[in-house]
Amino acid sequence: MAGEMLLDVQNLTVQFRGDAGWTSAVENVSFQVGERECLGLVGESGSGKSVTALSILGLHARRTARIPSGVIAYRGQDILRLPTRALRKLRGGEIAMVFQDPMSTLNPVLTIADQITETLILHQSLSAAAARQQAQRLLDMVRIPDAARRLDEYPHRLSGGMRQRVVIAMAIACRPKLLIADEPTTALDVTIQAQILELLRDLQDELGMSVLLISHDLGVIAEFAHRVMVMYAGRTVETAPVRALFERPVHPYTIGLLAAAPRLELDTDRLPTIAGSIPDPASIVPGCRYSPRCDVALESCRNLPPAMGSAEPGHLARCPPRLAALGFAA
Amino acid sequence: MTLHPLLRRLVRAIPIILIVAVLTFMLMHLLPGDPAAVIAGSDASVEAVDRIRVQLGLDKPVVTQLVLWFVRLAHGDLGTSLVLDQTVLSAVMERLPVTASLSAVALAITVPFGVAFGVLAAYFRGTWIDQGVMMLALLGVSVPSFWIAILSVILFSVTLGWLPSSGYVPMDQGVGQWLAALIQPASVLALFQIGFLARMTRSAMLDVLDQDFIRTARAKGVSEWRTILKHGFRNTLIPVVTVTGIILSLLIGGSVIIEQVFALPGIGRLVVQGILARDYPLVQGVMLLFGITFVVLNLLVDVLYTMVDPRVRNE
Ligand SMILES: Nc1ncnc2c1ncn2[C@@H]1O[C@H](COP(=O)(O)OP(=O)(O)OP(=O)(O)O)[C@@H](O)[C@H]1O
Ligand SMILES: [Mg+2]
Repeated sequence: MAGEMLLDVQNLTVQFRGDAGWTSAVENVSFQVGERECLGLVGESGSGKSVTALSILGLHARRTARIPSGVIAYRGQDILRLPTRALRKLRGGEIAMVFQDPMSTLNPVLTIADQITETLILHQSLSAAAARQQAQRLLDMVRIPDAARRLDEYPHRLSGGMRQRVVIAMAIACRPKLLIADEPTTALDVTIQAQILELLRDLQDELGMSVLLISHDLGVIAEFAHRVMVMYAGRTVETAPVRALFERPVHPYTIGLLAAAPRLELDTDRLPTIAGSIPDPASIVPGCRYSPRCDVALESCRNLPPAMGSAEPGHLARCPPRLAALGFAA
Repeated sequence: MTLHPLLRRLVRAIPIILIVAVLTFMLMHLLPGDPAAVIAGSDASVEAVDRIRVQLGLDKPVVTQLVLWFVRLAHGDLGTSLVLDQTVLSAVMERLPVTASLSAVALAITVPFGVAFGVLAAYFRGTWIDQGVMMLALLGVSVPSFWIAILSVILFSVTLGWLPSSGYVPMDQGVGQWLAALIQPASVLALFQIGFLARMTRSAMLDVLDQDFIRTARAKGVSEWRTILKHGFRNTLIPVVTVTGIILSLLIGGSVIIEQVFALPGIGRLVVQGILARDYPLVQGVMLLFGITFVVLNLLVDVLYTMVDPRVRNE
């Protein structure tokens, strides 16, 4: 594991208010992000990736969401128990976020300059003029051509890729220590995706940030992340260094994901997929949540909640039968 | 040929004003009975009725009358009142400041309260503050305005003696007295629109607060109130401006009743007098004025759109 832990999440559970009371969208999730490390978070749609990410910034609505248990320690401080003011200092200042859809994450009635300088004025107490200069430098940093002219434009004048660059400029404005990128390229054209990822990687090196990268594209994760956490139906099913995960996956769900990942050299229309779909958080089986879709599930899988077990140092999986079969003590 | 968007809207307003003029003209002909006989009254002689018919040009073919109507309008001639000893235009112009003042003061009360209540209700969604605002909105549609006006006069003018119960003081005789004369009728008028504006602001605000860019603002560390006002409220301005335009029309319309209760010598009273006296030219003139005012209001709302939303500006 690279360096000291910047973020240490322990047993995080997030619940939403539904028709039948509170249901857990994320349950007992634990992970760490080290200094300058990139942790990849993968899983199918609805597995709880965004919910996990939003918890780190305390962005769930109090009315509909609650976090009954868990610790989110940022540099030793529990974010969940931070007073509002201190939490606001972290947001945008120390921990910043890039969202999925750049078409809707920028405010349509404020200029690019307004939106970038707001963070600078708020966290660094810059004067309006200094903030504007800094905003222009940031646009240069995210490689937006003709930055001076773009400053006074409104978001609707920019393409999707350009908007995502603006969102990234906003996120790195105060040199955050941790950048959370929730599917930053999913909404973009394929050619633009590669450019944005390259930009993110360069910025990570340049600014020495840690990154929590959420994606359901395993190719992106393979290239970018140092370690990977795989989520299924609100739970962690496997965490491992990136090479170990791709070369020696343990959990049947991870194996399924890897088999289903589209590869460019595989020039075929019939890509393998995992049969079935992710269960609704309100209707979950008592045992392993993946067991209804699992090819190798045993009777015990359906009834007993599986515990996390260790395969190699730093490589954990929530599948006792597989771990036993591979010769690791469960 | 490309026209400036505002110029294009102006051009589009012209046919609407023409239609309003035709409709006003037809007022005289669509009403049941012979207008000349109605104007002359039930006990008028045949000669008297004929005289009025000739005087108003009602003996000519309808098409000729319509052409003459437009020719007169083009000259700024709205005709002469049958009962007041003056032209329709001068009668209207004399009373215009009263109604304009009343509507303006009422609007100046409605907008800040309506918007503030709407934003508060959205922010405190589901709490007693929200419910209180919705109650006020309900009041606007369920209680007649003359009733509130009378209660208000009993309380503030009769019992407390704080405000005059009737009459108008022009602004050039002192802004304080002008405002004292108008504050009560304008408040009663505004009371009915504050709830409407609050309700529309609230729902626009709730839509906006669900948008992704609000979450972005929070993720940047922007405080809750700043998020609501800077990022949220600015995005509700389009619907709020639209509703404000409608409300101004409603205020002008509502002034007809309020001017009666508070004995304000405005357009509303003028038109009621005109209707009671069967003064057709006067009623026509006022209708035309109202019609043009509403068209101009809509135009103003369009202009405001381009000021509050950059996306409309670049359309
Ligand atoms: N505000 C909310 N209220 C109620 N349920 C929610 C809310 N947000 C998320 N959920 C539920 O939590 C579960 C996880 O959602 P989440 O958005 O984290 O998925 P995800 O892994 O990010 O998926 P995607 O790849 O589609 O972004 C889903 O079942 C979703 O319905
Ligand atoms: Mg998501």
